[in-house]
Amino acid sequence: MTWDWKVFLNDDGSGRTYLEWMFDAWGWTLAVAGSAWVVAMLVGALMGTLRTLPGSPWLVRLSNVWVELFRNIPLLVQIFIWYFVVPKIFPAMQQVPGFALVVLALGFFTSARIAEQVRAGIQALPRGQRYAGMALGFTTAQTYRYVILPMAFRMILPPLTSESMNLLKNSSVAFAVSIAELTMFAMQAQEETSRGVEVYLAVTALYAVSAFAVNRLMALAEKKLQIPGLVIAGATGGGH
Amino acid sequence: MLGLDLTFLNWETLSKFVVNGFLFSLQLTVVATLGGIVLGTMLALMRLSGSKALSIPATVYVNGMRSIPLVMVILWFFLLVPTLIGRPIGAELSATITFVAFEAAYFSEIVRAGIQSVSRGQVNAGRALGMTYGQNMRLIILPQAFRNMVPVLLTQTIILFQDTSLVYAIGAYDLLKGFTTAGKIYGRSEEAYLLAAVVYFVLCYSLSWLVKRLNSRIAIIR
Repeated sequence: MTWDWKVFLNDDGSGRTYLEWMFDAWGWTLAVAGSAWVVAMLVGALMGTLRTLPGSPWLVRLSNVWVELFRNIPLLVQIFIWYFVVPKIFPAMQQVPGFALVVLALGFFTSARIAEQVRAGIQALPRGQRYAGMALGFTTAQTYRYVILPMAFRMILPPLTSESMNLLKNSSVAFAVSIAELTMFAMQAQEETSRGVEVYLAVTALYAVSAFAVNRLMALAEKKLQIPGLVIAGATGGGH
Repeated sequence: MLGLDLTFLNWETLSKFVVNGFLFSLQLTVVATLGGIVLGTMLALMRLSGSKALSIPATVYVNGMRSIPLVMVILWFFLLVPTLIGRPIGAELSATITFVAFEAAYFSEIVRAGIQSVSRGQVNAGRALGMTYGQNMRLIILPQAFRNMVPVLLTQTIILFQDTSLVYAIGAYDLLKGFTTAGKIYGRSEEAYLLAAVVYFVLCYSLSWLVKRLNSRIAIIR
């Protein structure tokens, strides 16, 4: 078989080349993944914290339900539900663009995993940390804000790195509701040009580059936030 | 109010559209888990072998697979396997090959961690008894490693079961496809998506509950 990389310079029928289309699609992938990352971190941090609050069984239950619900349904099904079912049931959601619905789906799905890591990080701290906060006269909120969360987040940075990379890879599922991201581009360009290998190779390379960039960014954050003298054992994260 | 109508779903609809898809999802999960564990163990042994000729290809394979989205891997195999073997294959067979190859990379990381969790003393004890490498692995290390790994392997299987829904990308007929097909035919797509979610949830939640119980039982024995 012969290579035909010139295929990327062909017009896709709308006045732009396949190369331009691919970079647009890369932008969409990064936009979906980046926005979902913000949602996932905020909601995940909140839910993970709620699961450890002393003396609030209802909040703990709420966050347990949240985690189990979003963790035990496949991402593709969740995306379909946000995209097709939610706007039907809540007419107010019909004005929300599809991009935002996919971001919510991906963000909430990932938030369940992040909440698990946050909870594990908080519970891995020695109990003395919490008592120290109490002894200083901190309220529960202050104890979390100044003592527990800063330590816990540093401890869970390695698993957060792998969750962030998973999030980037999972953004590919957005193809199912026709978000114009990389996987969608790969499928359509493959069909139109019949140069599947070249198209897939380019898209795969862009995914690999993006995942590597996420990895480096998180490693940089880990280095910047490190507390001198505190050794953190590497934790393992599962999943894809 | 919500305008949902579940009456289209009776036993006849289920057996006509959903059961076949469910059986395929189940089959895909079982085959990919078993195949993935066997291949994954081989990859892990290659990586731990100390021979560069074995460990480098295995490392490249595992890290490569783990840095690509599963959907792209599914598309790749669907594109390449027919070219390689010279005849077209169905989406279901292509999906099965893909999942075994893809999951092997993830299982190999679990197996590698499991093997490394067996203490050095066990390895040395086996060698002191004059066991060959193969005997030592088979009789001493792997049994203990797999015992430690069982909860993680099961958790990965739950994730794998959820991921089988991604065969949507190549149109294979799985559990989700069964529900969406039924929903389209009866004009009840929204209800079908919700029901699919309920079925996946019940299956995955009960499995993860079992894993949790198993985990606590193993923890006591240790």
